[in-house]
Amino acid sequence: MTTTPSSPRTAMFQRTSFTRRKEHAEFAAKMIFLLMTLLMVIPLVLIVGYLVVQAWPILSLDFLLEVPKRGMRAGGIWSPLLGTIYLVVLSLVIATPIGVLAAVFLNEYSRESWFTRVVNMAVVNLAGVPSIVHALFGLGAFVLFAHIGKSILAASLTLAIMTMPVIIASTKEALASVPMAFREACWNVGATRWQTVRHVVLPNSISGILTGVILQVSRAAGETAPIMFTGAVFFKAIEEGRIFAYGLFDQCMALSMHLFTISTQVPDVPHALPYGTAVVLLGTVLLVNSLAIILRIYLRSRKKW
Amino acid sequence: MQHRRRTEVITEVAIEWLIRLCGISAIVFVFGIFYFVFREGSSYFFHGFNIKEFLTSIEWFPSSESHVRYGALALIAGTASVTLLAMLIAVPFGIGAAIFISEFCNQKMKEFLKITIELLAAIPSVVWGFIGLTVMNPLIIKLTGAPIGLNVLNGGIILALMSVPIIVSIGEDALKAVPDSYREAGLALGVTRWQLIYRVLLPAAKNGLLAAVLLGVGRAVGETMAVLMATGHAVKIPTSALDSVRTLTATIAAELGEAPVNSEHYQVLFIIGILLFLLTMTVNLAADLIVRGIRSR
Amino acid sequence: MKASDRFAFPSGFLVAVPTALLAASLLLNIGCKREKTLKKTIIQNSGSDTMVNVAQAWAEEYAKVAPDVSVEVSGGGSGTGIAALINGTVDIANCSRRVEPKETEAAKKNSGKEPYEFMVGFDALAIYVHKNNPIEQITLEQLADIYGENGNVTKWSQIGVQMPAGADEIIRISRQSNSGTYFYFREAVLGKGRDLKLGSRDMNGSKDVVELISKTPGAMGYSGMGYAISEVKKLKVAKKKGDPAYEANVENTLNHTYPIARPLFMYTLGTPAGVVKTYMDWVHSEAGQKIIATSGYVPLPKP
Repeated sequence: MTTTPSSPRTAMFQRTSFTRRKEHAEFAAKMIFLLMTLLMVIPLVLIVGYLVVQAWPILSLDFLLEVPKRGMRAGGIWSPLLGTIYLVVLSLVIATPIGVLAAVFLNEYSRESWFTRVVNMAVVNLAGVPSIVHALFGLGAFVLFAHIGKSILAASLTLAIMTMPVIIASTKEALASVPMAFREACWNVGATRWQTVRHVVLPNSISGILTGVILQVSRAAGETAPIMFTGAVFFKAIEEGRIFAYGLFDQCMALSMHLFTISTQVPDVPHALPYGTAVVLLGTVLLVNSLAIILRIYLRSRKKW
Repeated sequence: MQHRRRTEVITEVAIEWLIRLCGISAIVFVFGIFYFVFREGSSYFFHGFNIKEFLTSIEWFPSSESHVRYGALALIAGTASVTLLAMLIAVPFGIGAAIFISEFCNQKMKEFLKITIELLAAIPSVVWGFIGLTVMNPLIIKLTGAPIGLNVLNGGIILALMSVPIIVSIGEDALKAVPDSYREAGLALGVTRWQLIYRVLLPAAKNGLLAAVLLGVGRAVGETMAVLMATGHAVKIPTSALDSVRTLTATIAAELGEAPVNSEHYQVLFIIGILLFLLTMTVNLAADLIVRGIRSR
Repeated sequence: MKASDRFAFPSGFLVAVPTALLAASLLLNIGCKREKTLKKTIIQNSGSDTMVNVAQAWAEEYAKVAPDVSVEVSGGGSGTGIAALINGTVDIANCSRRVEPKETEAAKKNSGKEPYEFMVGFDALAIYVHKNNPIEQITLEQLADIYGENGNVTKWSQIGVQMPAGADEIIRISRQSNSGTYFYFREAVLGKGRDLKLGSRDMNGSKDVVELISKTPGAMGYSGMGYAISEVKKLKVAKKKGDPAYEANVENTLNHTYPIARPLFMYTLGTPAGVVKTYMDWVHSEAGQKIIATSGYVPLPKP
């Protein structure tokens, strides 16, 4: 944290026109930058507020638990919501072990070398690949080449690869914050590298890893483009209230895709319906993110070293 | 040292290999993406693809019955114009906010603003697109008198809001990396905060800020759903901010679903994908090298 | 390794949770798969985006009629639907045009069966403008001048329509260039070989087109007649100048006086049997045809 000394304004100094001008300039600077910052904060509040107000009439538990009805012009969002949950959980199951172990490799098993630089660059790159290119990749590699076909599995694999950098980055950060002395102590009692990692390093960075996992969930839940061509469908009839309604090789509906279709393709949708869908999607993502933030703050306050 | 059991040794070795495998997975994936995207587009790319037409013609007629043309210039111009406008908005505001957060805030305020920005970054792009479609479109028509509100302005504002968080967070890191002694020296000389920012902090942090801007550009170029819904989707080189345009990403999203697998059109869309991949890779790597350069200093 | 056992709990947790999730999801899936083969039959239905809404309505309604059958609907376009049918990945392809001879060839070569055609209804493409636009009717020639490549009409005043100041430019709304609606509009208005002028706003869905027109005073666009909403107006369409102009409605579509209307098809590979046949029969039944009418399309004439 930076501590900048406040402007000299003790009684010893007389307020000349110069210092006054300086104070004015100081104040103006602060205000201008504050305004710039607020112009970013305000949209968030406005957007969430506006969407919630528009969606208010339709928001209820029934809205979540009913399947879309009458040509998706009525009913709720159970089928897309369930589809999103399937996609997120499956992509999580795929991305977490690989992501965590990749971070372990980068932080624990390799020295700073040209090779780790290349790996790090690849991670940065993977995070920067546009989502639509991930979609092309998913289509080319999983759907067509691996003959998985358009399915929840193909879409989840695509999402997993896309969101893996999030897990790698936060796990790496968490691992790096574990003091070297912990590892040395462990090595000194004769533990191997993996034993050290498993019994000392990972347990001590579990919260940081969880933060990454949570952020991955939020990212995966919100994405549309990567699943559009790999496994999300316009509509699929499922029974209301059924939890095990989709199989691994079925296609499914998804919340983000559903918002896109009902706001651009389906005629005569009641005004509140797309807003309701948007609020549920946005709400889920923001809630999950807040969870990550709370976890992080809690973690920081608890840190003993 | 006591002898380890054989199974323990084997597990250790196996796990080490597993970790190595996962470690290189990122490299495998990046090459995998390049390979599979290129693979789908390669047969047309090497046989019949007219790269000159692709880059210099504005005539995008992928489904013409008389004369199919794949001129992507208007699409490139669309991506460029929306990105440019987004950066014109996001760069000053993002850097301004980064300065505010790093130089003018107390710890509590800083924490609050950083969380807000993080949440802003979390809004899914399809929600942004929905906002562009339902909120910004009528607003722009009302305020500017333009005949249609789905245009460069709409997409630019949305992309600006989407890329501002990354500019702020990397920009703030860059400012934080400027040693406090610089600030103290400046203040001791009696400069105003303005002068301090303008003459000391910005020059000292300029590489980091450049990286922040580059990452913002990368984000804006690659964005799909928001621009698909908000820019109006017209194949046209824009002459003002109120013209509708179509971007490279939106073209893939809109047309891939209906292009029969392995048709020329389908392959051209994959070639656009490769173009986007290379573009964002260059931008991101440049940013990464700059950031690394700062850290190692 | 007694000493380190004290630390073991969280890391075991870390490994156990994903493994358990994976196992659970696999088990769950196997369970579902078995259940499906026992009880649920899935019909894969994809193709034309024009028909995706009615296909969805059928699927939804059919789930009530036959709870043991689940119909998966996706769009993608007529060409994609037929291609998927040929490859055997879907059971029914929706198509807003007839299958082409080369597609029939490909199907025969691939599976030995020909696509089996069902005509399920009609779609009339209405020409939409903003409700405050004074224009009432338009000819195909005028449409060609407005939409066609090298067509010279860009302003409402050129076709004799007085618009308020600032709204004289015709804002052309179109569809993305490989949708079935786009193909059909191009063929019906411009004939074979001529392309549409670039620079139109190419929307992703029929609903998008109408929504945009409702908010844009100077706009003109085309979409299925079922997409009409109260803020837009359907124009009467004449073949050429001097001919009578007809409104896009059920009657004019069935007696072929409205010039921009087309039949809608569904295809199966070879003569259908089993659940697919039952489904197709139901689509042609009174209940199925009622749905096509309420979805905004034109049902088949009663036999």
